[in-house]
Amino acid sequence: MSQFLWLIPALPLLGATINLLIGRRLPRAVSCWLAVAAMAAAFGAAVGAFLELLALPSDAQVIHQTLYQWVTVGKFSVDVGFWLDPLSAIMILVVTLVGTLIHIYAVGYMEHETDYARFFTQMNLFAFMMLMLVLADNYLLMFLGWEGVGLCSYLLIGFYYNRDNTAVGTDEKFLSPRSSGTKAFVVTRIGDFGFTLGIILMFWTFGSLSFGEVFHGAETMFQIGAPIITIMTLLMFLGATGKSAQLPLFVWLPDAMAGPTPVSALIHAATMVTAGVYMIGRSHVLYELAPATMAVVAVVGVLTAFIAATIALTQRDLKRVLAYSTVSQLGYMMLAMGIGAFSAGIFHLMTHAFFKALLFLSAGAVMHAMNDMVDMRRLGGLRKILPITFWTFLIGALALAGFPLFSGFFSKDEILSSAFTSGNVALWVVGVVTALLTAFYIFRAVSLTFGGKPRWKVGEVVTVQGAVASELDAHAAKGLHPHEAKWVMTLPLILLALGALFAGFLGMPAVLGENRLARFLEPVFQHETPHVSAELEWLLIGISAAAALVGIFIALRFYRGDAKTPARLAAYYPSLYKLLLNKYWIDQIYDALIARPGRWLANAFWLELDGKIINGIADGLGNAFRGFGNSLRSLQTGYMRGYALAMLIGVVVVIALLVMR
Amino acid sequence: MLLTLPEINLYPLLPALIPAVTAMLVMLADVLLPGKNKSWLALLALVGLAAASYFTVMLFGANLSAFNASIVADNFALGIALVILGAGAATILLSLDYLRARQLDLGEYLALLLGAVSGMILMALANDLIVIFLGLELFSLPLYVLSAFWRTNDRSLEAGMKYFLLGSFSSAFFLYGIALLYGATDATNLTKISAAASEPTVASNPMFLMGAALLIVGFGFKVGLAPFQWWIPDVYEGAPTPITAFMSVATKAAAFAAFFRAFMVAFPSAVVDWQFVLALLAVVSMTVGNVAALTQTNLKRMLAYSSIANAGYILIALVVGGQAGLSAALFYLAAYTVMNLGAFGGLVAMGQGDQERLTLDELAGAAQTKPWAAAAMAISLLSLAGFPPFAGFVAKFFVFGAAVNAGYVWLAVIGVLNSLVSVYYYLHPIVKMYMNPPAEGWAQAPARAPIFLAVAVIVAVLLTIAMGLFPGGMLNFAQAAMVK
Amino acid sequence: MSGDYFPLFVMLVVSVAFAAIGVGVSALLGPRRPTAIKGQTYESGMPSIGTARRRVWVRYYLVAVVFILFDIEIIFFYPWAVVFRQAPIFLLVEMLAFVTILLVGYIYVWRKGGFDWY
Repeated sequence: MSQFLWLIPALPLLGATINLLIGRRLPRAVSCWLAVAAMAAAFGAAVGAFLELLALPSDAQVIHQTLYQWVTVGKFSVDVGFWLDPLSAIMILVVTLVGTLIHIYAVGYMEHETDYARFFTQMNLFAFMMLMLVLADNYLLMFLGWEGVGLCSYLLIGFYYNRDNTAVGTDEKFLSPRSSGTKAFVVTRIGDFGFTLGIILMFWTFGSLSFGEVFHGAETMFQIGAPIITIMTLLMFLGATGKSAQLPLFVWLPDAMAGPTPVSALIHAATMVTAGVYMIGRSHVLYELAPATMAVVAVVGVLTAFIAATIALTQRDLKRVLAYSTVSQLGYMMLAMGIGAFSAGIFHLMTHAFFKALLFLSAGAVMHAMNDMVDMRRLGGLRKILPITFWTFLIGALALAGFPLFSGFFSKDEILSSAFTSGNVALWVVGVVTALLTAFYIFRAVSLTFGGKPRWKVGEVVTVQGAVASELDAHAAKGLHPHEAKWVMTLPLILLALGALFAGFLGMPAVLGENRLARFLEPVFQHETPHVSAELEWLLIGISAAAALVGIFIALRFYRGDAKTPARLAAYYPSLYKLLLNKYWIDQIYDALIARPGRWLANAFWLELDGKIINGIADGLGNAFRGFGNSLRSLQTGYMRGYALAMLIGVVVVIALLVMR
Repeated sequence: MLLTLPEINLYPLLPALIPAVTAMLVMLADVLLPGKNKSWLALLALVGLAAASYFTVMLFGANLSAFNASIVADNFALGIALVILGAGAATILLSLDYLRARQLDLGEYLALLLGAVSGMILMALANDLIVIFLGLELFSLPLYVLSAFWRTNDRSLEAGMKYFLLGSFSSAFFLYGIALLYGATDATNLTKISAAASEPTVASNPMFLMGAALLIVGFGFKVGLAPFQWWIPDVYEGAPTPITAFMSVATKAAAFAAFFRAFMVAFPSAVVDWQFVLALLAVVSMTVGNVAALTQTNLKRMLAYSSIANAGYILIALVVGGQAGLSAALFYLAAYTVMNLGAFGGLVAMGQGDQERLTLDELAGAAQTKPWAAAAMAISLLSLAGFPPFAGFVAKFFVFGAAVNAGYVWLAVIGVLNSLVSVYYYLHPIVKMYMNPPAEGWAQAPARAPIFLAVAVIVAVLLTIAMGLFPGGMLNFAQAAMVK
Repeated sequence: MSGDYFPLFVMLVVSVAFAAIGVGVSALLGPRRPTAIKGQTYESGMPSIGTARRRVWVRYYLVAVVFILFDIEIIFFYPWAVVFRQAPIFLLVEMLAFVTILLVGYIYVWRKGGFDWY
């Protein structure tokens, strides 16, 4: 099997290629199930590789396979090679398993879409790129996957390119899918710029980009706190803030919800956005040498978690609540990375992949039933109509909220107790408060969507949060007959719900059992769990559980019936409510500070410099040189005089520079 | 008057000579042989280019020189010659249907094109300023005519006129530079200039420095460096699209070959401090090209600005200099040739009859109506944007890596920043083609499948992918390149 | 080095002086009795009709360009003839190559109808 590691990414690539070339001509079922089969086969291969890895002794748990030398420049060479260790093993299992389930779901979700071949091509291509990212044995190949998943994300966000707005049944204005795709691309590119510079700096420092050589060089050549490592890791972290939607670059992720819901689940919740977390975990040798960077990562992570959770409190769009929740949970993972609890971060990454994919797919099932309506002010009362979806969503919500014994509880608790025991009490406090907010906003979503009375019928006067639902009638979908989806959609929901329920038992705290995941990851991180007394651990677990329970309780109280309390609160603190509802005005601030000057500069170069200034100077000087003779003037036809004169100025400058020096 | 007989050895000159002879044969065959359909002339021209390529490959490693060392066939020159020959062959394939649709004369076109190829290769082989100038004029004059070849099209005529006037302007500077260098060093041979410049009195002579500066101007014009780039957008937009493709890649290769040779052989960096000036020009070119390209809606114009930016990237390799810079430049030029030919080839394939689709709005939805052309363009543009795993990524990586290794980190940073800016305008057409509904007026099916065009585009795209996935062979080849 | 160019300089002076003396002497010595007829551009030719600033048939330029092209190539024969005896075989081959290339151009112009007036 170790010789066939390349099969894992190759299978989705094969699926993508077939669908790209002849997908249009294949029957719908063949095209769709081909994509699913490619993913399922990749999952099978991943399981095989995982079992083989388990069979190895724990001090040598690495399968390294070099396919061929890609770039060779003198002493420097980059191989196309794969690196399977416990860390990448977990990543490929998550990507292929969750990916397979989401692909199956997408077969049902996209059943009315005519462009199914394009969709599945891009989904499979994404899986290929993501697997390349996590399996790469050097930073350049990882960067290839990094850029590749960005491209696929861009294409898939803009999948409904011909629609101006995918949100139905709402008066809220969102970016069109096309603009959302562009925004995602441009914003993450800012981060990628940092990542590129980090890689260049790394190459400069170590003369190599392969994991083995870089980590070995870092351990032998540098002391803790070496400035060059700090700069390098900070630049790489900038890349992670773009890809994993952290402050200040998280703005693209909520707009990415313009894509089809399976895309939101796979790319913008379960896998791609965790690439930044994976990258930091992979580079932990470097990060451990840079305590300053670690501090930055931890603070950025916890602030992102908190700010995104506050924004999620007020959002009306179900998918956007989940999007901000993703940003917030990614913040938790970054926090874990920043305090050196790498295995806890990866654990949360894994459980989050299950329950967030579950939440998105359940939300997708709601949209499927409600003709794409996602404004929670128009939902409600779906508990009886969509029983399976209700239960799966509820399980996901409990896991996200950190309800005891659900998967998210264990992983979040491990991060929080690590924050406390590593002495970062301030970070722990913010983390606990965020946990409470998390429990609140997700149960707000549960209540508004599934609880209460139905509010989707046209003309029905039901108030919620002080607003009369019928005010949105103009946007409402007509002829609604909500019904539960077919098995292709509910089966993945049920399977993911099982994952969200039980995945947490892989990493139980010491007082309850054994942390198998941390032990499995130990060869990678060499992380020693600080010894904590059982009393303190029970106390921390109790506080986490209490935060979750209190949040859930308040949400259920507030949003019972017509939800007058939150409306009163919003009326009482109007400016705070507006601030949160408008996401701290961050989009507007970025637009004014960055986007507009950029556009202005581009136009200035084109119109002003090329058009006006050069020709203006040329005209002025042309008049001055009028007496220069007929021969010269006869050359000055059209805009040629401008060109020639500008060239002449260039000649003078070049001569001056060369002769004067 | 006493005659000194030159050392005649035509063998190293064959790569330039064979295209010239083929050009004459094509001219004669065109007028002397009967028949209305002259398509087979293209076959004759391709055979000539193939023969020239054969001798180019045979010359590898021999490092021959001839004509009192005014011609040097070292590996660098031969590598550039191969690039030019390939570009010439691809251009012929791109042109056949284009010319037929516009009822333009094939024979004259081929003769001019082969003449230009011959001049470009002469320029790459030249080790003497006079021969460089000879090559420069020999390829420029046919290109002036070819730019205006679509006689009934105003834009094409305008392009030819502008190119001719500004080209003459820059040639005058170049020639003046040669004269000044001759005055200061008593030599036109690059090696002899270098020997003369080792004397401090010569190296500090303003006449000498001014000569070098004027050479920069002349080369800068031909490769399209800012601030000598003004002609590029207008000419690239107006000229027939296959000729634009040819100009953008082959002219650049030939002029950069001579540029590198002149500055690495004749002006060793210890003698004249030209690195700073060239680094500055590189920065200005990259920035002007990329920023101006952002707002373009016509793809030919956009690719013209992109070509200015790419000239800036390649110039970084010259600033780096040495073996590393030379091999990086050779690889970059080869990669740029295949991906730009792919992009322009896709653009030619988008046309129907004598109608072209060049603006972003016209290209909207092309993925549905012309899926293969759209795919070719998409891959080529992604490669130009520097996406792995295509040739453009490896090329950029190679150039920036060489700059970092040589201590020009700031230059590499500006380069990376610029290539990030460029991603936007390279992706814009892809978005339009793949994510927009088709524009008005696309015919349902093309009248006839343009086989030759398809062959050229497919080969270019495959090479773009191959050079990105397996750059090893090409890199080894580029590293063997050296200036004698 | 500058000594090599002294004869060139002398020739320059002589040719300028020759032209200047010719024009100057005739202006100084010649009697001037202008009449209307003498003032015409072509005193003994056809009376001119209309303005000279009008469009000329394009073929005229073509013939003129071709004429100048071949005319100037002929000049190349003079230095060739001067040194011919020093290496007759070599120079004969060289000139044959040169003439062949010219011939190709000639044939091309001829077949394309460059010499046909109508």
